[in-house]
Amino acid sequence: MQMTGAEIFVKALADLGVDVVFGYPGGAILHVYDALFKNMKVRHMLCRHEQGAVHMADGYARASGRTGVCLVTSGPGATNTVTGLATAYMDSIPVVVFTGQVPTLLIGNDAFQEADIVGISRPCTKHNYLVKETKDLARIVKEAFYIASTGRPGPVLVDIPKDVLTGSARYDLPKEVSLRGYHPNYEGHPRQVESAIRMLLSRERPVVYAGGGVILSNSSAELAELSRVLSLPVTTTLMGMGAFPGSDPLSLGMLGMHGTYAANMAISNSDVILAVGARFDDRVTGKVSEFAPHAKIIHIDIDPTSIQKNVPVDIPIVGDLKDVLRKMIKLVKGKKEAAAYRGKTAAWRGQIASWAKTHPLTYKPSKGKIKPQYVVEQVYKLTKGKAIIATEVGQNQMWAAQFYTYEQPRTFLSSGGLGTMGYGLPAAIGAQVAMPGRLVVDIAGDGSIQMNIQELATAVQYRIPVKVVILNNGTLGMVRQWQELFFEGKYSQTCLPRIPDFVKLAEAYGAKGFRAEKTEQVPEVLRKGFAAEGPVLIDVTVDPGELVYPMVPAGASLTEMLLV
Amino acid sequence: MRHTISVLVENEFGVLSRVSGLFSGRGFNIESLCVAETMDPKVSRMTLVTSGNDQIVEQILKQLNKLVPVLKVIDFTGVDTVDRELVLVKVNADGEGKPEVLRLVDIFRARIVDVAPRCYTIEMTGGEGKVQAFLQMLRPLGIREIVRTGKIAIARGM
Repeated sequence: MQMTGAEIFVKALADLGVDVVFGYPGGAILHVYDALFKNMKVRHMLCRHEQGAVHMADGYARASGRTGVCLVTSGPGATNTVTGLATAYMDSIPVVVFTGQVPTLLIGNDAFQEADIVGISRPCTKHNYLVKETKDLARIVKEAFYIASTGRPGPVLVDIPKDVLTGSARYDLPKEVSLRGYHPNYEGHPRQVESAIRMLLSRERPVVYAGGGVILSNSSAELAELSRVLSLPVTTTLMGMGAFPGSDPLSLGMLGMHGTYAANMAISNSDVILAVGARFDDRVTGKVSEFAPHAKIIHIDIDPTSIQKNVPVDIPIVGDLKDVLRKMIKLVKGKKEAAAYRGKTAAWRGQIASWAKTHPLTYKPSKGKIKPQYVVEQVYKLTKGKAIIATEVGQNQMWAAQFYTYEQPRTFLSSGGLGTMGYGLPAAIGAQVAMPGRLVVDIAGDGSIQMNIQELATAVQYRIPVKVVILNNGTLGMVRQWQELFFEGKYSQTCLPRIPDFVKLAEAYGAKGFRAEKTEQVPEVLRKGFAAEGPVLIDVTVDPGELVYPMVPAGASLTEMLLV
Repeated sequence: MRHTISVLVENEFGVLSRVSGLFSGRGFNIESLCVAETMDPKVSRMTLVTSGNDQIVEQILKQLNKLVPVLKVIDFTGVDTVDRELVLVKVNADGEGKPEVLRLVDIFRARIVDVAPRCYTIEMTGGEGKVQAFLQMLRPLGIREIVRTGKIAIARGM
């Protein structure tokens, strides 16, 4: 049966199990919207900005593990997705963005609302397509989802010219994807795995360094098992929060620029590092030449380019973490070597415990101004650690990572690699759409929240009950922190003079607004806000002088931490 | 160190910009780049010459392999290859220089492919050393223009 491209497209989405699409219509993509109108299977959520739409698809993907989908028009609609694509690309999030395009014959003519989005998005997508013929559309849609969600996941963009949508062809969705240039390697090499275990067991001061890859590959259980069998201390990256239970005695918390004292000391003094699904980012390593000087490094990653990119690796293992960790567990579980190893490394764990004890994450409580860390602690207390937390970027993000304990994967959603301000609110909305029964909280700053505040309208329109907690310090806090520490306190362009009134703004959107201005009000205001129906914005006036500690200055080694 | 890398790619729209964009985006060098169809019209071969330390070249090879339309990446370092480059040179050919140009063409087994009143256009192929030597010999005679294809290479044997 012949169908139009637009009908083929919508049917392909439905057949691939897509339940929701985040998007924004426009001229070049109108035929798809017409086909969507008649379709009952795929729900569409109208965002207020295309950037918001991609972040929603991204939040949906991070919270659920399914691929997020975004649909926009050509030209400005397409270029507005670029930040969202780059965000998802840096954090390896499976998202597929479909963009309308001017008709094939007009491409290159500087036509109305034309942009070379395939060219523009090439460096910030895992792969992208320009569909040239209607008959290829179903196959390309299928390939796009396949590429986005397999191997090291990432965003894929598919650009569809208008005439491809109006043209007709037979609906032919291939059963299998066959791409001769794309074969992710899932199986870790058994001999490499054996050497890794041998190296691990031969050393005395091990640390597991776990990143977002643990969450992406759904291998938290395997990581927990391996670390318990061998009593391996585990530190996670920002992207890895929740990959290992934060309250576990073996957990050291986050490492890196704003990592815990114990994690940074442990990494720096370790003699072997087991890196799992992490990529030795500069915010983690500090000065690379002084990173973990005594350690042998075992690096497991599904993406070969991550290995040996920033630091020399002694034992590389390319493969799916789940597979490799299972193989490792099999080699040591119940073996007497494991028991001996636990004994041999006890002194090291004692040393780490004493670092954790002498320098825990802390702040100076005050009766007067509200401490932002206290607010995050209260959010933790109130939600019993069971909420899905999205963050914006900056101080709010770091405090959300430090003072909320994450027990489960997919409960901490944050733009780690790109550091995209304005990510949190739309990501929280996407997460809430994926997980309707969960409490989703966006921990925000007064700067970041304004970068995608328009999505509050989306939340209100679809009754998505996200709760936004603004740690309002009237400044761009993290930039101000750098100015205070490294630019002699010259606060150039970092003051936000309390505009707008967020409570009134929430009300203007039809959401509920709450405010706390004194420390003793915080628990009650949070409780009321979280209990209120629908989307809620809670404006908490916090101490603008508060800084994020510990801090490793950019370019310094991890042991050179500034402490509270 | 310099590396000659052969990349087999899907012969499709945009693949050249994926490869060149990878190099520019990640700050890798490209000294030369040659692209043409292979025996299979659906596949093109890119031969590129790049340089960098071992760690950089390892990244280049891995990053190339990661591109979806890239089918195969071969680093010719340490491989016995035949490599050639085609050069077209316009050189002054008047007065005393003229016989010298003809002699050099003969010695290097080059060919004169166009003749103008005071200038010859010479076609020459050869490995890197030969091309360099030829151009060096011609230079004192007055080179007006050089067009080079960049290197292509094929493994010996089999």
